[in-house]
Amino acid sequence: MKRLILALYIAFLLVPIYWLVNMSLKTNQEIVSTMTIFPRDITFANYMTIFTDPAWYSGYINSITYVVLNTIISISVALPAAYAFSRYRFLGDKHMFFWLLTNRMAPPAVFALPFFNLYSAIGLFDTPLAVALAHCLFNVPLAVWILEGFMSGVPREIDETAYIDGYSFPRFFVKIFMPLIASGIGVAAFFCFMFSWVELLLARTLTSVNAKPIAATMTRTVSAAGIDWGVLAAAGVLTIVPGAIVIYFVRNYIAKGFALGRV
Amino acid sequence: MNKPFDNRAWFLVLPVFLLVAFSAILPLMTVVNYSVQDTFGNNQFFWAGTDWYVQLLASERFHQALGRQLLFSAIILLIQIPLGVLIALCMPRKGWTVSLTLVLMALPLLIPWNVVGTIWQVFGRGDIGLLGYTLNRIGLDYNYVNNIGDAWVTIVVMDVWHWTSLVALLAYAGLRSIPDAYYQAAKIDGASRWSIFRLIQLPKMKHVLIIAVLLRFMDSFMIYTEPFVLTGGGPGNSTTFLSIDLVKLALGQFDLGPAAAMSIVYFLVILLLSWVFYTVMTRDENERQGGAS
Repeated sequence: MKRLILALYIAFLLVPIYWLVNMSLKTNQEIVSTMTIFPRDITFANYMTIFTDPAWYSGYINSITYVVLNTIISISVALPAAYAFSRYRFLGDKHMFFWLLTNRMAPPAVFALPFFNLYSAIGLFDTPLAVALAHCLFNVPLAVWILEGFMSGVPREIDETAYIDGYSFPRFFVKIFMPLIASGIGVAAFFCFMFSWVELLLARTLTSVNAKPIAATMTRTVSAAGIDWGVLAAAGVLTIVPGAIVIYFVRNYIAKGFALGRV
Repeated sequence: MNKPFDNRAWFLVLPVFLLVAFSAILPLMTVVNYSVQDTFGNNQFFWAGTDWYVQLLASERFHQALGRQLLFSAIILLIQIPLGVLIALCMPRKGWTVSLTLVLMALPLLIPWNVVGTIWQVFGRGDIGLLGYTLNRIGLDYNYVNNIGDAWVTIVVMDVWHWTSLVALLAYAGLRSIPDAYYQAAKIDGASRWSIFRLIQLPKMKHVLIIAVLLRFMDSFMIYTEPFVLTGGGPGNSTTFLSIDLVKLALGQFDLGPAAAMSIVYFLVILLLSWVFYTVMTRDENERQGGAS
């Protein structure tokens, strides 16, 4: 009975994805004219279009650029802050922590227009850096929360012993503390990567031509000849691949990440 | 847990503070600024006071979008929370299937949101989608583009598909924290399946379920990309939720004043919800730590 419910649920999850993969291997002719559960002649033409057309593959490069930039920025500022929250009390710490949370929860739609104005004003509009900075809005708080959760699991005696042994704070932090919470850093980085990867509204608002993310390229596949379903499906499949690969490494921490490090 | 009080810790928090201030406070100030002014273009602004707020709070359009939003979030919670718990109870506890199940279940969570919309847009079409085709074939008149009911059903099913795994994974994390001894004791006492669930599993899941409810409520409350790609807010305005309406107003029509006023109201609602979330979460943690020491 349990097996059956679980199997049905997983089938429900996989069928729409299968349909996308299935479509990406068909010709447009076959997609539009017939209903086939398996592609009749498997074709990789749709994927070739994406890998050879700069308009398509530059979208992937842009997306990956801002996602990686964002992950690096988020983690490097979040590490010391999370340490401070997990080890010390200080003036306004609770308010600060709450304020960070509100940013994780803020609807991107509220920020779309002001971000557009802000980044245009400082000349960053249509660069990957603009999107990377904009995504810090929700990723930095997320990283702080997750890292704080992991750091609180490390006993404070370790810090104290290291200081007695004559380690300076930066040296202790890099040499001793970071290896101890390596899995936490990995998980936080993964979640930053992921939330930046799946977001479209801000990424689309802050770019026009040069830094257009793949997600935005996909919304513009409609041409005079109708929608190019095969290529659209292939592009969709390719956006699922990065997540599907890294998910294996963080499978046991997924709940922790989504719960902001609080499980 | 007695943390030492040390204001020098602020130096460690400073980078985060500056970065988030740059990307949150500055833009928010712009929004506040817009919300009390009117413009006729040419960058000329006039003081408008609270006009936009009065107009917004009285407007039919805002009431309807808010109503749709609340209805949507309510439906989502009513389906996803029980379903997620059910799935979590069905998940294997040991063996090689654990990893496989976790990976397969997490898959929809990692798909870019517009691709989620695209998947369901294609899947639901009567001509080329498996779902739409099958439903039409067995005699149901299903068309999410023209029929309001079908559009709603499709969006709700899509969101269930997208996010139920999150609830299930959180509930599963809660279930795994229950020591085997509890179950053995229950077995010895001859407890029924239902009383095991009610007296052992549910209390242990309480903490994670509260997180799940709040996360799902807030995230569904600001849903934008998926319904935007799927229906574009249509047919008519029937699936125009708050975020979609706001973006239409701000970036579509460039009605800065009304859009800014709406942003502020929207943000205040989220702020209130975040406060509830924070209080519940930290209270829970303090209780646990209090119990442990």
